[in-house]
Amino acid sequence: MLEKALTGSRSYKVWIVVLLAIVGIGFVNYLRQLDYGLGITGMSRDVSWGLYIGQFTFLVGVAASAVMLVLPYYLHNYKVFGKITILGEFLAVASVTMCLSFIIVDLGKPQRAFNVLLHPTPNSILFWDMVVLNGYLFLNIIIGWTLLGCERRGAPPPKWVKPLIYLSIPWAVSIHTVTAFLYAGLPGRGFWLTAIMAPRFLGSAFASGPSLLILFCLFLRKFTKFDAGWEAISSLAKIVTYAMLVSVFFFLCELFTVYYSQIPEHILHFNYLFQGLHGHSELTPWMWICIVLALVAVGLLINPKWRNNEKILPIACLCVFFSLWIEKGIALVLTGFIPSPLETITRYMPTPTELAITLGIWGLGFLVLSVLYKVALTVKEQTGDSASH
Amino acid sequence: MDDARRRFLKIAGLSVLGLGIKPVTDAVATAGEVEITSSPNALKAKRWAMVVDIKKCLKAKKGCKECVIACNTTHNVPEFDNPKDEVKWIWLTSVKHAFPDQESQYAEGYYKDTLQDLPFVVLCNHCDNPPCVRVCPVQATFRRADGIVMMDYHRCIGCRFCMAACPFGARSLNWRDPRPFIKTPLNREYPTRSRGVVEKCTFCDERLAKGLQPACVAACKDKALVFGDVEDPNSEVRELLRKNPSIRRKPQLGTHPQVYYIL
Repeated sequence: MLEKALTGSRSYKVWIVVLLAIVGIGFVNYLRQLDYGLGITGMSRDVSWGLYIGQFTFLVGVAASAVMLVLPYYLHNYKVFGKITILGEFLAVASVTMCLSFIIVDLGKPQRAFNVLLHPTPNSILFWDMVVLNGYLFLNIIIGWTLLGCERRGAPPPKWVKPLIYLSIPWAVSIHTVTAFLYAGLPGRGFWLTAIMAPRFLGSAFASGPSLLILFCLFLRKFTKFDAGWEAISSLAKIVTYAMLVSVFFFLCELFTVYYSQIPEHILHFNYLFQGLHGHSELTPWMWICIVLALVAVGLLINPKWRNNEKILPIACLCVFFSLWIEKGIALVLTGFIPSPLETITRYMPTPTELAITLGIWGLGFLVLSVLYKVALTVKEQTGDSASH
Repeated sequence: MDDARRRFLKIAGLSVLGLGIKPVTDAVATAGEVEITSSPNALKAKRWAMVVDIKKCLKAKKGCKECVIACNTTHNVPEFDNPKDEVKWIWLTSVKHAFPDQESQYAEGYYKDTLQDLPFVVLCNHCDNPPCVRVCPVQATFRRADGIVMMDYHRCIGCRFCMAACPFGARSLNWRDPRPFIKTPLNREYPTRSRGVVEKCTFCDERLAKGLQPACVAACKDKALVFGDVEDPNSEVRELLRKNPSIRRKPQLGTHPQVYYIL
């Protein structure tokens, strides 16, 4: 089926070439990082994780796109999602691919990455994260590819794939939970030491993944023959609305505990985020943009009239996506390190090399996504499953 | 034609399988295990610990950092001119960074006159319940039976989870090749590290194995650093802890640090 990705319109080919170029630039920069060491990034002894781990954390959330379609379709027999589950699954594949790439580029000794398999360590959350992320990747590749193949041949799906689909649902919950546990179990990091971290991850994941999916559906509807159907898009929008509200609520719960208890180890981080600390306020504008975007998104989504407006919905989805990108992709990881456990403040600013590598991996994700979507849509076009019902 | 191809694939497959099994059989069939014996002079303990007697460390105010220099020289610790790439095993910091939770606005007398501007010696606490060991995905950092939290530079993948987990900022990554930045005369007895691995104080495990005290302890002429077996009631460290009230850094986190400070 993969050969279907090799042919396409002129704009498709240009898009692929552009992505390949971005990946290429990222790769060349990664070679420079390999040669020099991680010192080529903005990370330091005090802020020892940066943009890479931030992107990884955010993208684990985007991978939730699959489960929010699979669960209603398979557990509640919600037929409307039948046509687009494949889009969710392939978006999950692309997101997890990016996650794993961000982990690899963040390693000081990437050539030793397989030590994680050679010396399996169950007490390390990172070990479990490796297990659940790779598991989720393979589940979605196998399920998506098998179902698509069956659709192409007009054959019913094989029996063995059903249990895998059911397994993929709790598995999706596990990737967010385990990723949250990377942070939520560290004694000296007050910003992350909160039991609501995993629920927060789930809330924001179920908002960011589906919101991106809506944007893709709207894009495909406009520029290709594939139409997900407004009912599917509208149902997804409802999911995004509830998830975003839950996400905002969880964040407010966090703020209450921190600001009412006023324990310095927790509050200093939040002060750094919202108003700056000792003259350092690099993240403050980001955080306020994040809050404004979240409020605009909630305002637009909560009113069904606006939510169901084809012009307003994409704006709301963009607001959700970028708000959560700031929250998970930038603020969550960096603020955990500022101030440090010794209450020193170290500035972090990503270097051009670091940005190029980050962009390269995003490019890689979009490349994987474009190829997979191209295959899926071509198959659907041939079987007549692309037009609206 | 098809038959030949099938046979070829069979043989190729079996060969790959055979190669895959070899390490397993090797592991089972190892004959004559190598026994590692320690030197008869080696210092041994049930639980190594250090006591920092700040009252004897007053020269630090005048710029004394013999302990830091001794450590850096012994372990080829690189010295970078920017804080971003910094590698530190033992270093001096102010009391407000060493004990950030001990703040008092109205502190006067001894605290203000003596401690406030006094550089405090800090190093890895060799916690009894080390979070860095808990999080390491490859067991590159591990706790020895005698309490030393060790580093395996050859196994570390440089994920820096341990750096996020350490509440004392005791760990450093080699953000770049450290070798050109070793400013002290090269000690050929101790390995230099490569870029991308994490390192930290190991209570001089290599010196203990030879019957020597840690380099920082040996270097301190004022005997402000005392090292010994905290499980041994007759040890010097226990004697000091018996006679003086002592504090530890961030005890509320439950990591049970094994570096004690006498103020």
